[in-house]
Amino acid sequence: MREITYREALREALFEEMRRDDRVFLMGEEVGHYDGAYKVSQGLLAEFGERRVIDTPIAEAGFAGIGIGAAMTGLRPIVEFMSWNFSFVAFDQIISNASKTYSMSGGKIKVPIVFRGPNGAAAQVAAQHSHTVEAFYAHIPGLWVANPSTPRDAKGLLKAAIRMDDPVVFLEGETLYNLKGEVPDASEDEIIPFGKARIAREGKDCTLIAWGAPFHTALAVADRLAKEAGIECDVIDPRTLRPIDETAILESVAKTNRCVIVHETWPYGGPGAEMVDLIQREAFDYLDAPVLRVGSLDVPMPYAKNLESLVLPTPERIETAIRRVTYREER
Amino acid sequence: MSEVKVERWLDDYREMLLIRRFEEESARAYAQGKIGGFLHLYIGQESIAVAAATTIEKGDLVFQTYRDHGTALALGMTPEAAMAELFGKDTGCSRGLGGSMHYFDVENGFYGGWGIVGGHLALAAGAAFRSKYLGEDQVTLCFFGEGATNIGGFHEAMSLAGLWKLPAVFICENNQYAMGTPLSRTSPLSDLSVKAAGYGMVGDRFEGYDVDVVREHLKKAIDRARSGEGPSFLEIETYRFRGHSMSDPGKYRTAEELEERKKKDPILLILGKLRDAGVDEAKIEAIEDEVEERIEAALKHADEAPFPEESLLYETVTVEKF
Repeated sequence: MREITYREALREALFEEMRRDDRVFLMGEEVGHYDGAYKVSQGLLAEFGERRVIDTPIAEAGFAGIGIGAAMTGLRPIVEFMSWNFSFVAFDQIISNASKTYSMSGGKIKVPIVFRGPNGAAAQVAAQHSHTVEAFYAHIPGLWVANPSTPRDAKGLLKAAIRMDDPVVFLEGETLYNLKGEVPDASEDEIIPFGKARIAREGKDCTLIAWGAPFHTALAVADRLAKEAGIECDVIDPRTLRPIDETAILESVAKTNRCVIVHETWPYGGPGAEMVDLIQREAFDYLDAPVLRVGSLDVPMPYAKNLESLVLPTPERIETAIRRVTYREER
Repeated sequence: MSEVKVERWLDDYREMLLIRRFEEESARAYAQGKIGGFLHLYIGQESIAVAAATTIEKGDLVFQTYRDHGTALALGMTPEAAMAELFGKDTGCSRGLGGSMHYFDVENGFYGGWGIVGGHLALAAGAAFRSKYLGEDQVTLCFFGEGATNIGGFHEAMSLAGLWKLPAVFICENNQYAMGTPLSRTSPLSDLSVKAAGYGMVGDRFEGYDVDVVREHLKKAIDRARSGEGPSFLEIETYRFRGHSMSDPGKYRTAEELEERKKKDPILLILGKLRDAGVDEAKIEAIEDEVEERIEAALKHADEAPFPEESLLYETVTVEKF
């Protein structure tokens, strides 16, 4: 299979879906003439023109709301946030309007819209620009939340999101845009459904759940521990956090009897806690150790390089957690 | 006086009285405990909703705040669907899931019913964006109170609508009080219509008690929007006779002020026009009887309609199911 970057995979999804359906358009800051702040939308303006690739002023609440209004009345907008950090000024639009309209109208008004953009910490961009936002949005009934870790998932999930009749929060890994991976040809039109996890690696000793940028950190630790310590992890990428593929997680835990959850968001009230609840509720009798979470440290992101790398989920903290639940702590 | 004009006024009177009586009866039902939550009445502002409904064309879209009963009724929502919604019944316009603040009636162009001050202006701009995107000629009307003109959502929506020349009319129903706070304590401006200039829009300002006056001004703004000349910002002076909501006794204004304002009651004004035109009292009474019957039927329907089934909860969270 051919290899392309995560960025190119997203771009292909945008091109293919905009060619397929004239009601689909892209709106956001710098998406057109600048070709995208992260170049995801490169080339779209040249093909589709200013009617469908719309540069906005810096007004997230305004253009998110315009997208929602357009979706309510029959269009299928894709709203790009230059960064999910900037979605907070549009929070009310997403929470009060996008996620509530279908219910509040008694099921009469649909809101088919995708909000997308980079999520998570980059390198030394400090506290206001380093948020990982899935905990905020996955909390809300009425939204769907995708968080692809690979180019193939990025493309297949984005195409699925654009075709859904509901509001979707689509979280791209800011540090994953250059990541290369196998993606099927456009002719295959691959759609990856929400709520279906991907088993990235099979193992009998410990279930390791991770997504987004730390998925790759976790997978590398799993590969290394298999070689160095003979600990074989089942590595699960949930791909979407609303809904979560409960079956995949429970089947794996039933096999391994242990689980570590790795995510970049803060542990307090996060999706990892939701998974811990699921596991203790539905797989209590299978557990041989407490379920552990490895998240960012419970502090605002610091600027200093040494401190920033301590805050993010490090390979060391992931390894320690796996060794603890498998009772293979180094002496 | 032309026959056509008198017929128009008779219809106006019917619609305004329907709204007035609907609101009075909802207040009564609220006091009886048949309606829960918040209830914001439109009493005193009826001329604006009726003017809008009689000026727009089929296919035009209307967005309103949580003070939404009057606009929805004027646009053609049945009093049955409106009252049943207040009673939290399955036959309500939002199947009992929205309540007083979240009326929807897409068939008649009514797109809500929004509860967060300033939050729906961008939605209305989005509906107007859609018309422009598809090359269609609908116009979107967006109503809000003067209390909304200080929040960020107002600014961003107006700014983008002006920038993109969206076919919309932004209508500030200035009823003088943002909940209990008068305009003089919330804005440095006494004339809000000057804000229009900041968004490259045409601004207009007028009193909203006379339905004909409202229609005349609205029509100009709607025509501008439909012909591609962009959005307008209208400030309409009006007055609500009741408190902000049912829990508000309105102690922030004097009895004298209220009495003075009631002299400009839009329903008295339209009645005056009918009488000046020599309309037969029997004709006016027939309208009053008809309205009473419709309100009575609506109350009866709302009382007897079934509550929504539990299954509705899960059916209406998302369209796609997992």
